[in-house]
Amino acid sequence: MTEIPKEEYILKCTSACAGCSSSLILRYVLKAAGEDTVLVIPACCTSVIQGIYPNTAMNVPIYNVAFAAAAACASGMSEAFAKAKKKTNVIVYAGDGGTVDIGIQALSGAFERNTNFLYICYDNEAYGNTGMQRSGSTPTGARTTTTPGGKMHAKKDLAGIVAAHNPPYLATACSAYPMDLFKKVKKALSIEGPKFIHVLAPCPPGWRYPSEQTIEVGKLAVKSGMWILYEREYGKVTINGPSKAAMIKPIPIEDYLSVQGRFKGITREAVDMLKSQAEKTAKHLKLEEEGIC
Amino acid sequence: MLTIATGNKAVAAAIKEIRPDVVAAYPITPQTEIVEQIAEYVTSGELDSRYIPVESEHSAMAACIGASVTGARSFTATSSHGLFYMHEMVNWAAGGRLPIVMANVNRALGPGWNVWAEHTDSLQERDTGWLQVYVSTVQEAYDATLMAFRIAEHHDVLLPVMINLDGFTLSHIMQSLETVELGDFVPPINLPYAIDTASPRGYGTLTGPNDYFRFRWDMERSMRDSVAVIRETEDEFARRFGRSYGFTEDYHCDDADVVVVSMGTIGKEAEVAVDQLRREGMKAGSMRLRWLRPFPDLDLSGRDVVVIDRDYSFGFGGVLAQSLKAKCGVDPFSVIAGLGGQEVTYDDIASFVRDRRIGEEHWFGVSD
Ligand SMILES: Cc1ncc(C[n+]2csc(CCOP(=O)(O)OP(=O)(O)O)c2C)c(N)n1
Ligand code: SF4
Ligand SMILES: [Mg+2]
Repeated sequence: MTEIPKEEYILKCTSACAGCSSSLILRYVLKAAGEDTVLVIPACCTSVIQGIYPNTAMNVPIYNVAFAAAAACASGMSEAFAKAKKKTNVIVYAGDGGTVDIGIQALSGAFERNTNFLYICYDNEAYGNTGMQRSGSTPTGARTTTTPGGKMHAKKDLAGIVAAHNPPYLATACSAYPMDLFKKVKKALSIEGPKFIHVLAPCPPGWRYPSEQTIEVGKLAVKSGMWILYEREYGKVTINGPSKAAMIKPIPIEDYLSVQGRFKGITREAVDMLKSQAEKTAKHLKLEEEGIC
Repeated sequence: MLTIATGNKAVAAAIKEIRPDVVAAYPITPQTEIVEQIAEYVTSGELDSRYIPVESEHSAMAACIGASVTGARSFTATSSHGLFYMHEMVNWAAGGRLPIVMANVNRALGPGWNVWAEHTDSLQERDTGWLQVYVSTVQEAYDATLMAFRIAEHHDVLLPVMINLDGFTLSHIMQSLETVELGDFVPPINLPYAIDTASPRGYGTLTGPNDYFRFRWDMERSMRDSVAVIRETEDEFARRFGRSYGFTEDYHCDDADVVVVSMGTIGKEAEVAVDQLRREGMKAGSMRLRWLRPFPDLDLSGRDVVVIDRDYSFGFGGVLAQSLKAKCGVDPFSVIAGLGGQEVTYDDIASFVRDRRIGEEHWFGVSD
């Protein structure tokens, strides 16, 4: 089994909420990346949880940048390191809002230009920093502070959008499967060019579940097929173990929805929409894995 | 070497001499020739820079910021709508104390679409913490670009510098250009607190009011200190290359009873107007403001001032006119002229001076 290093790059003084899976994800990302790494962070929860100047809870250099600018800033860094013949990892760690909404143009540009960097989107499915407003990544039916009646629109297909840029490596992951995440970060960083990992990040205050259930909620997402773990290497899709099992025998989506306050009172139609979206994604990925489409 | 070039080509030629590590840029009329020419230099191998063809100006400045914070030298160029599109990052560059250099080709703002010269674009960025210099000839565009890097990267400054040149009336006109062998005029960049993975730091971390306020004061102090650095840089430039400019370019100001204050290419027209007025027996002078930030001490006391603004702050007045009132205690005849590329000839300027109405504002060609 792969050894996860003991070194910690997030010190025990973050101001993350109890049960925050996003900081857990970052912990494993940094363990995989090691000390020769620079983080680029746009406005998001991670800009807050690192603490207040002159302190920092991160033990790697961390460049905080404007909300829309992470991928472009990383482009400049990556090119400057290349010019200086340095091998330093440049990792963007951005929320879903900073990725699928305001940052998507910079993201698309950086991928089109074949920038050598790793972009990680931790997806808590809303704008956490500003108090849980909807994002383009909020799923249908979820209540946020700007969709008090439940979101009417579907979640944006971020991985699909990134895949359209044909990056050498794209993967999904989930905070409840840290070993899987660790390996994916390691693999991504061994490849030249633009790499992307989309990580589901359950968020207790946003999703409204007790903080001690943060791992369980992530597992339910995968087991119900609402979140599928897979890799796309040079275009070739591999569905990963936990999701393979879930595809054969998924648990009901309702088991995932019912533990979260944000889906309280969700309509039948919204549940059906979520189901059909999940089924469509699963079917498509399976066909792709089999090389049929 | 003596050659001829446009204002845009002169900026690009200076960049070839400066050899930035990273150039990130997005095209916009009338700046395009700068980024095209730099792309040519990089492709032909004449310039060993990483050229990032970004998808927007917001990303152009973000990429310069990312490069700069690693300790690299970076450059971009833009104009008007591009400058506004990157406005958020223009602030970020200055607040991050990154010595980025940018050429801005001054252009009007839509709507309606207008690609011709006006200074409102860069003047709307005047409070961002960038040093701003306005040039009037092809040679000056070249020289100012060379000097900008030495000034920005000086440890007493560490603020970004914007070189402003008028769209078309300078960017696209041909004049003679004497290029230089730079030698060690601009020392290698040495950014304190550049990103170093062996010494991890947080940059742009959440900052409370006390520290934030202190950082702003530091910026202002560096802006003040930049006055001496600009002087010293210009002196050294003059020693090595034989050309000097100063904070203002003064033309027959010493004995003048009336002084025309302006920026950019209109300042060159004003010199011709002064010659004409002197022939008529009027003691006129021209003061072309070069450095807008830091704003220099100007001695305009005891004479009439005619100020030409190629800009306007609606509901307030011409930006230069207001600056002179506030900083120099003068009550000028404020002429608003040249917006959207309106032609302003030396004859026009001479008539502004002859018909001056001290204390009033006049919109050339439209207000009467
Ligand atoms: C240009 C701009 N618009 C709005 C904001 C306010 N803002 C800061 S973070 C944020 C939401 C971040 O959401 P996401 O990217 O999902 O990250 P999370 O906070 O959920 O971690 C918003 C709207 C900003 N900082 N900049
Ligand atoms: S709001 Fe959610 S993502 Fe943000 S710090 Fe709290 S738990 Fe983490
Ligand atoms: Mg979010």
